[in-house]
Amino acid sequence: MRYLLVEDNIQLARAISDRFALEGHVVDHAKSLNEAREFMDLTSYQLILLDIMLPDGDGRFFLKTHRVNKNTTPIIILTARSEVSDRINLLDLGADDYITKPFDFRELEARCRAVLRRQDGSADNKLELSGTILDSLEGTLKTGAKIEKLRNRELRLIEIFFSSPEKIFSKNHLMDRLFSFSEDISENAIEVYVGRLRKKLDNSHVKIETVRGLGYRLISLK
Amino acid sequence: MRLLVKNGSIQRRLAVQLSLVAGILSFGLFMLIQVVAETAAVDTQDKILRASAISIADSLYAENGKVRLELPYAALSMLGTISQDRVFYRVLFKEKTLTGYDDLPVQAVEMLERKNKFSTFQYRGEEVRSVLIKRSIAVDGVFSDAIIIVAQTRLGLNVISQKITRTATTMGVLFFLFGTGLSVWAAHVALNPLNRIAQAVTQRGPKDLRPVTGNSPSELKPLVDALNSFILRLKSSALRTEDFISEAAHRVRTPLATVRTQAEVIHRSLDKSKNKTALRDMIRALDESSRSAGQLLDHAMVNFRSDQFSPSEINLLDILKEVCNRLSPLAGLKDITINNEFQEDNCLFRGDAILLHNAIRNILDNAIKYSPDDSIITVKCHWSKKIIVSFEDAGRGFSGNEYTKRFTRGTNVGDVIGSGLGLTIANEVAIVHGGFVLISKNKKGVGSCVSLILPTF
Repeated sequence: MRYLLVEDNIQLARAISDRFALEGHVVDHAKSLNEAREFMDLTSYQLILLDIMLPDGDGRFFLKTHRVNKNTTPIIILTARSEVSDRINLLDLGADDYITKPFDFRELEARCRAVLRRQDGSADNKLELSGTILDSLEGTLKTGAKIEKLRNRELRLIEIFFSSPEKIFSKNHLMDRLFSFSEDISENAIEVYVGRLRKKLDNSHVKIETVRGLGYRLISLK
Repeated sequence: MRLLVKNGSIQRRLAVQLSLVAGILSFGLFMLIQVVAETAAVDTQDKILRASAISIADSLYAENGKVRLELPYAALSMLGTISQDRVFYRVLFKEKTLTGYDDLPVQAVEMLERKNKFSTFQYRGEEVRSVLIKRSIAVDGVFSDAIIIVAQTRLGLNVISQKITRTATTMGVLFFLFGTGLSVWAAHVALNPLNRIAQAVTQRGPKDLRPVTGNSPSELKPLVDALNSFILRLKSSALRTEDFISEAAHRVRTPLATVRTQAEVIHRSLDKSKNKTALRDMIRALDESSRSAGQLLDHAMVNFRSDQFSPSEINLLDILKEVCNRLSPLAGLKDITINNEFQEDNCLFRGDAILLHNAIRNILDNAIKYSPDDSIITVKCHWSKKIIVSFEDAGRGFSGNEYTKRFTRGTNVGDVIGSGLGLTIANEVAIVHGGFVLISKNKKGVGSCVSLILPTF
């Protein structure tokens, strides 16, 4: 996925880009509204992350013209203000969602996903392995005619496996990606989610294998 | 009097001054009645005396060289009509008493020349009023003067005079009382606009900075204008503070966001669990501080809007749905499902949408924070006599005595760190709308149920 990040704080922009890169997304960074317009002329984006206070204008103005021009690319506002009237105003102006700084990256990711799902995501979001299709926007796992609905954490876990089949992921790594920092989670928690996924992968040609002492990996049985 | 009015209210001052005027007028009225009535009474007596004297004079006649008098009965009986007064008379001819009381003094002859032929003097121990008239009678062709004196005691007149005084006093007192009453009323009415303005200002909350409106008399306009311009200055200063808070929030939050995101990136790249734990603690602290900052700002905003409470017609369910939708991704991170159970599609309510939005968001945010993974939060809204919006969760709940403690700042659920402002905010919003927040145990077993209870109109 290709996102456009419009943010004048360079350190924050770099951190967000790095963080998105870890999830396998490409982020272009525009430091001002003018730069953002230039980027958008050159290529198309699945999602725009927009700051409000920018050196060459108000993000809300950009948002308004964006909607007036019938541009359908969803926009999520990154705001540092927290007054509710502000937030409601943002949605009225046509923002798809907003998030208040500082944010939990998982929440931003979840909001991006929710916005993209509403946007009716493209085929890019489907991953396939040995006849099993993972639709990360719909949150479904399809094997033949059988469709399994995935809960949030199940989805995020299987996404990790589907993105790199055969690769071994340690329990610690998986825990970092699955749980928020405010939760105290034991290593067993991962086993619970892996167990659930295994049940949903019954009768398919893929399997989550335990690699003793190292972690888990997704393998094809074909 | 000066003491009474010096520090007293304008109303009292006005009432006292008007009462003084009423007092003076009452005294004037008293005097007027007294003088006019007494004069009339005295005049009446004088006229009767004179009539009596004339009728006596008319009955004088000369016969055989002598003057004779046939005293007519009516001449004296007309005097008796006034009261039990005693009547004296004396008729003289050629300075010799013809009939009557010898000792009844003959006022000097000069008195005859005076226009006023009446006089008052002491006679036989009593005050008498007398009249003296002269009549020329021809005896044997020679005209000589006969003098007729009629006098009467003044007992009746005194009785009348007392009666008049009593009546005049009564009238004066009544007039004074009536006048004073009118003065108090007039002072009150005259100061009504001032009282109205004072009341409008004193009934306000400490941060209500709307200008004073409504009709005020032209005399009060300078005062109201000065008050409004002061309020305006105060308001702009308050708004500057608001801007400052927003601006400060922005300045603090952006670097916090940078630190947090970078910390997350580093956390992912670290291998040593000791370092990871340290970084994790750091991120948690950051999260708590930003959550607290958010709630403090929410609280400031709620205070600000509560003071300028201006309700409008809203659909409570729209707000509920919006907040639920908005927080679903956040709940989803912990695999928490938010279920809505609404009675109908519309729940119309008069309130401040932004305040209610804030209250509901804070309650739901709390519920998500304290709910375990893989649980369900049920949001219900039903109404009959009252609107009850309840949020049932499967969280750790509140222990017994925390049920009322929650409404103050700085308390937390068990060992979880937080500002504890979430429910305080919700409670304050509820109070502004005439409702309250109730915390009870979840009927389905574990967890708690926070209800926002609002009145229906």
